[in-house]
Amino acid sequence: MSTRPPGRRAEFVARDTYRRRRMIDAAGLLPVLGALLFLVPLLWIGAQVGEPGGAPRTSHVMLYLFAVWAILVVLSALVSRGLGAGSDAQPPEDGGHADMDASEDAGGGGPPERRG
Amino acid sequence: MATFSILVMVCVAYVVLLFSVAFAADRAARRGRGAWLRSPLVYTLSLSIYCTAWTFYGAVGFAARSGLEYVTIYLGPTLVMIGWWWTLRKMVRVGRSQRITSVADMISSRYGKSNTLAVCVTVLAVIGATPYIALQLQSVTLSFAAFSPSGPSLQARSEQSIAIYVALGLTLFTILFGTRNLDANERHHGVVIAIALEAVVKLFALLAVGVFVVWGLEGGIAQTLARIDASPIAEFTVAPSRWTALTLLSAAAFLCLPRMFQVMVVENEDESHLRTAAWAFPLYLMLISLFVVPIAAVGLNLMPAGTNPDLFVLKLPLLAGQDGLAILSFLGGFSSATSMVIVAAIALSTMVSNHIVMPIWLRATGGAAMMSGDVRQVALLARRLSIGAVVFLGYLYFRMSGGGTALAAIGLIAFAGVAQFLPALMGGLVWRGATRTGALAGLGVGFAFWLYCLLLPSFGAGVIVPVRVMEAGLFGQSWLRPYAMFWTGGMDPLVHAVMWSMLLNCAAFCAVSVFTFPRPVERLQGAQFVNVFDHSQRPGSWTGGLGQSEDLLIMSQRILGAAEAQEVFARAARRQGLSGYLPEPSPEFLDYLERRLSGSVGAATAHAMVSQIVGRATVSVEDLLAVADETAQIMEYSNRLEAKSTEQARTARQLRVVNEKLTQLSVQKDGFLSQVSHELRTPMTSIRAFSEILLSGSLTPDELQEYAAIIHAESLRLTRLLDDLLDLSVLESGQVVLNVQTATLAQVMDRAISSAVGSAPGQLDIRRDAAAEAITLQTDVDRLAQVFINLIANARKYCDADHPVLEIRIERDKAWLTVDFVDNGRGIPIEDEALIFEKFSRLGETRAPGAGLGLAICREIMHRLGGSVAYLPGQRGAAFRVRLPLAPLEPGGGNDLVTNGGLRSVR
Repeated sequence: MSTRPPGRRAEFVARDTYRRRRMIDAAGLLPVLGALLFLVPLLWIGAQVGEPGGAPRTSHVMLYLFAVWAILVVLSALVSRGLGAGSDAQPPEDGGHADMDASEDAGGGGPPERRG
Repeated sequence: MATFSILVMVCVAYVVLLFSVAFAADRAARRGRGAWLRSPLVYTLSLSIYCTAWTFYGAVGFAARSGLEYVTIYLGPTLVMIGWWWTLRKMVRVGRSQRITSVADMISSRYGKSNTLAVCVTVLAVIGATPYIALQLQSVTLSFAAFSPSGPSLQARSEQSIAIYVALGLTLFTILFGTRNLDANERHHGVVIAIALEAVVKLFALLAVGVFVVWGLEGGIAQTLARIDASPIAEFTVAPSRWTALTLLSAAAFLCLPRMFQVMVVENEDESHLRTAAWAFPLYLMLISLFVVPIAAVGLNLMPAGTNPDLFVLKLPLLAGQDGLAILSFLGGFSSATSMVIVAAIALSTMVSNHIVMPIWLRATGGAAMMSGDVRQVALLARRLSIGAVVFLGYLYFRMSGGGTALAAIGLIAFAGVAQFLPALMGGLVWRGATRTGALAGLGVGFAFWLYCLLLPSFGAGVIVPVRVMEAGLFGQSWLRPYAMFWTGGMDPLVHAVMWSMLLNCAAFCAVSVFTFPRPVERLQGAQFVNVFDHSQRPGSWTGGLGQSEDLLIMSQRILGAAEAQEVFARAARRQGLSGYLPEPSPEFLDYLERRLSGSVGAATAHAMVSQIVGRATVSVEDLLAVADETAQIMEYSNRLEAKSTEQARTARQLRVVNEKLTQLSVQKDGFLSQVSHELRTPMTSIRAFSEILLSGSLTPDELQEYAAIIHAESLRLTRLLDDLLDLSVLESGQVVLNVQTATLAQVMDRAISSAVGSAPGQLDIRRDAAAEAITLQTDVDRLAQVFINLIANARKYCDADHPVLEIRIERDKAWLTVDFVDNGRGIPIEDEALIFEKFSRLGETRAPGAGLGLAICREIMHRLGGSVAYLPGQRGAAFRVRLPLAPLEPGGGNDLVTNGGLRSVR
């Protein structure tokens, strides 16, 4: 059969689509990266041998956390921009149903037509 | 005292500003202006109601008590926001496509529009939010008190009056701008813009205080860092379990808090706003928590011991004599508190009125009210009363609790409470197997543990939970101690409660879901939610045709208002190609109407209302099949099977046709053989008979002459027959060599006529068109002449008119030469037309000699020459049309076994 069976994604895609899919991957990995980086200060507890009491200093941890935070904000902005490039057309794995309610809300009423 | 009166004036002015901004925004939105109201920036700022007074005042207090731990409250939402693609996007899409009005509506819709579930979630949300609202009132009164010069006794009285004024003001604002439209799905532009303004004010205020503390009080970043290092919170001594648990808890609460759901999903204007919020909101959170530790450290240093650290943000500027900054700071805290209360009241009142008041009212009036009463007014009234009730409940809690608890602790308890929604909410979005019973079980178990392990003990041992139970466990069972369930002692109470409640919540949710079976509506909704990106449109679930459009219109008018309902109905009717206001109650229309109504009164109520008029909504097996993924695959498979079987049927049909042809051919072959035998036998018989006569002798020379002539004629006929057969077989097998020559049509025709009629001219009147015959042909002239001879001879032999006339018409176009031979005889009956080109076919009584091979040979010849010969009906006589391509014939095609000389003309 010449038509692509529904529900299966194309294996090899154009450059833009490929880039977009990697951006989706990045969007998924970003919170994991953030969570790991935010947990790092816990590893410092007890590891600061030279410090009195063996605990890391609040000021250091604070600088670290806010630096990570800022980096995450920048990364998130980049990823969101990358995802935004194709936001008008629905990403391919979403089945191509473009924002079904948008027209309805914009119009303020009227039964939406069925899309088959 | 002067400062206090200025504060009151500024505060009143600020409130007036908020009201007018909200009013202006509402008016602009109604007039269609104000596209900026729908900008992603406003959306991001409206999300900042996450940062309540608990953030503004409480975070510093939190930091003063336990250092950097406060930051986890903002790390969780940050992680959720930067992972928006996987969670929030789906929630927003579902919320928009299903016209969800609240978190309770979301959960209830997902699990088959179950009102039981909605009621549970609503009750739990109110329980969780009431202390939180109390907290906001408390923070406002505390901050007023910080400015108040009066003594402690006076202070207590004024605190209460302040709290009640604030509560009344908030209720008024919320009712004014939050219940303007019944459709909760419509955006509350006034509220949203006021919240956005407050978000800017509180961020600016906190940053201003932070900048003042770092550069004004400490003299720079380095000094501030040194101050932190010298303060009691210099060491990072957070328990890892608490750090992790608080991050997860805040992430969960961010998704589940009714007020967050309200601004994030319900008030969402455009899904793409999430893309901006994905980085802008983490940035907001980062900025708002940036100066918390410095303020706490400096406050701990400068403030006299015993000062409530929750008020450092306010007290530090006051201490330094910066009254203006202090007032700004106060406005920031005021903004944080009020925006939270407003949105929480809207969210909770929607839930209370849609899931508790409306169903009760509908049941009490028995559905008759739908026809007579005004549902719209009732729903609006219910929502307004709910707003008042929610705020009043918060006030009551504040009065009763006395405002003693530290702000941060109560916030975390509330977080842990609403986080119990998470398994049902997220599980329902990603797992189709989640059932209503499972969700109920999970929620029930989670909340039981939250109550027993966290909320009730938090009032202090002996207040609600007896000391005996705290120490020895319920019924003396040591594994049932509130802070050490299942003998897990030594844990932080919050971590302990969060861990057990969430674990058992998830376990109950999953286990019960696995072992129960969902109802059809549940399965349908589950598929709709989980696969929202695949098919946002739900299949028709109403059995249309029974509903009365008029009743539906009457009901819709009660809810949507007359003008809007009529507009909706008229538009639907137009779409169906009808005029007037009453569309056919098709499943699509009913489905749309239900969703439209659910924007006003919630999914469960809308479903109940429509089904009261239309009758029960039936979910057919086909509906379920249509949305189920595995079924889609099955359907595809069966489609393929069907295609395959169709193909096989086609092949079988073709085989049958071929078989029939073969059978016919076999019959034809038999017929042919018997014909040939017969044709051969007739002359042979006469040859044998006459030769026997000759052998017997005693014949006169005349007789001898006569008989020999007969034998000669018969053998000639025999030879001719054999020649014809040979010719035909050569032609049919394609082993013919064409001898291409150039001649004019006239030449060919002359030759053919002389050959065909030569012996008896005059018997047939041949009419020719000499001018038209002047066409030069490049083809096998002999063969073409053979065809012409045959056709002319046929006319001569078979034309039964008194004066036989044969007309030869010639036509040509670009590529083809057409020669028609039309005589004036009776022609050939229609039923025989198909037969005449078959071998040995002679029509009727044989009048003339011939084996009946002539036309069969003609057909083969014309086929070889690239043309055709066919019977031309409708000419009043027998008519044959010869078509020949004008293009020169390519020589060749066949081998040299048969040469041109072997051909004989056919007569």
